[in-house]
Amino acid sequence: MSGWLTVFNKEVKENFRDRRVIITSLIIGPLFGPLLLIGMFNLMADKTSERMEEALELPVAGQQYAPNLITYLVQQGVEIKAAPANPEAAVKAKDEDVVLRIPADFAERWSEGQRAIVEVIVDESRNHVGVTSQRLRRLLHAYSSQIGISRLQLRGVSPQLLTPIMVKTIDQSTLTSRAARLLSFLPYILMIGAFVGGMHLAIDATAGEKERRSLEPLLINPVPRWQIMAGKLMATSFFAALSVFLTVVAFRLLVPFLPANLLGTSVSITNPMMLGILVVIIPMAILASAFLTILASFAKSFREANSYMGLVTIIPMLPSFYLMINPVKAETWMMAVPLLSQNVLIHELIRGEQVSLSWYLLAGGTTLGLGLVLAVIAATLYNRPRVIFSGE
Amino acid sequence: MIEVENLTKSFGEVKAVRGVSFKALDGKITGLLGPNGAGKTTTLRMLYTLLEPDSGSIKIDGLNPHEHALEVKRKLGVVPDSRGLYTRLSARENIRYFGQLHGMAAPELDVRIDELSEILGMQKFIDRRTDGFSQGQRVKVAIARAVVHSPQTILLDEPTNGLDVMTTRALRHYLLELKKAGHCVVLSTHIMQEVAALCDHIIIIADGQIAAAGNADELLQQSGCETLEDAFVNLIGTEEGLLS
Repeated sequence: MSGWLTVFNKEVKENFRDRRVIITSLIIGPLFGPLLLIGMFNLMADKTSERMEEALELPVAGQQYAPNLITYLVQQGVEIKAAPANPEAAVKAKDEDVVLRIPADFAERWSEGQRAIVEVIVDESRNHVGVTSQRLRRLLHAYSSQIGISRLQLRGVSPQLLTPIMVKTIDQSTLTSRAARLLSFLPYILMIGAFVGGMHLAIDATAGEKERRSLEPLLINPVPRWQIMAGKLMATSFFAALSVFLTVVAFRLLVPFLPANLLGTSVSITNPMMLGILVVIIPMAILASAFLTILASFAKSFREANSYMGLVTIIPMLPSFYLMINPVKAETWMMAVPLLSQNVLIHELIRGEQVSLSWYLLAGGTTLGLGLVLAVIAATLYNRPRVIFSGE
Repeated sequence: MIEVENLTKSFGEVKAVRGVSFKALDGKITGLLGPNGAGKTTTLRMLYTLLEPDSGSIKIDGLNPHEHALEVKRKLGVVPDSRGLYTRLSARENIRYFGQLHGMAAPELDVRIDELSEILGMQKFIDRRTDGFSQGQRVKVAIARAVVHSPQTILLDEPTNGLDVMTTRALRHYLLELKKAGHCVVLSTHIMQEVAALCDHIIIIADGQIAAAGNADELLQQSGCETLEDAFVNLIGTEEGLLS
């Protein structure tokens, strides 16, 4: 058995025996993303449907000025109740979500044919209030146009005159692309997985060897140092790839449990999508492993290496945040930029778009190429006595 | 056999080794005796290829460690100052890992591990994970993995550091066995009794230089002292002691 394979086998075996690693990289890590997604959307779906379905309780000030409007609202299922003495203060104090106020001159303006004013008092900065105030506005608007139409008809005018333009939206989005909006943070979670999955092994195999004082004996064995590093790097990549693989599979299996009613469609990741995502993300796991190995090689101890790693998890976030704020059209040059290419490609894949082979190759090639350069640097690091003996 | 000629090594301003020459023969135990910081570990690290000398020459069975690093490593069994084990592996797996890195394979390797387990008295813990091993148990595993490939030359850096009496005795016994079998054994230590009990040839190192060399009697003669300990202090203590 060649040297690197011996090292690879030993590192993998040793890490599979570490319960902390198994739990963090292979169980919690992969399940975290999908469970978070499902939890979040179920909560949102519950809240929304609760507010859509429950009876609208509406405090109204000045009910006596517009009895017909009140009758209409009651017919529509609104429960009218007395308004607080100071509606603005009550809304500000969050005692009431929405208060409707009918001014004293409502009836006067109404009968004169002027626009009668009603006031909706609401704090629009409060998230969940939106649904309630929209429902109320929709009801008021419906009442208003119903009266308007009957007034025109009384005068023998076609109500169509009022709406010279009718807007028809022809939506080009597909079910998949709408669903993709929900999954827009999938690339981000996968990138984190690529970095975090191999992190423990990267530290254990480098700074860890120094800390437990096993590096020097290891290097006295008649195996070229690049082979020792190659074995360690491959073991790290293996764990990172395994962690990412499990994350993708977990998404594939758990995403159908997303509440379908929210979207009007169910979301799913098909098998070809899953394969495409894996092809895109595995080279990233290798690049991340090489990078982490170099970083951890400079640390003298586990603790020191760990403190660098906190910063590292920010790196894969950068392109994701950029794309979240500034969604751009996928272009060929992006495929040559590791991290960015994976983000863009996974977005395309979950939108159900066809990705050309040349994009796969360009993205995979540049990422693996950079990974190889870093691997070579990592392999030569242990030729320096300063790196070997720095733990002392 | 090891031949060292006028070896030097500096780290920045610090001259750790300044012109060390000696020979360590097969079938003999050679002791590098010296206070802490004398340059023993640096000298050994140059022998086992992890450090490159600034000048001077080393020959291990006729080979230069830096031109033939892998071949020299195959000939050497080294118990360095660092003797960390992999705590999630059993003692057997720790030893097997090093055997495999030496290119050994299953039947031969397993037989050899059982043999070493018996020689060093490791049967009770050989299949236990090394997490929580005593100092003595750890050193035994470190020695076993260093000699698993049956090397001709064995280098040990302060091998008895932190060992209890029983383990020390077992280790001495093993080193004498190696000597009888014709191996070249080199150990570094700062403990007088150790060299007195074991070594055929004693090299006293102080401040990166050889202060004196010879067997126990010769050293006593050179220093004019009654005990080896006095001789040691005398030989490294004053320049006059060296010159006379």
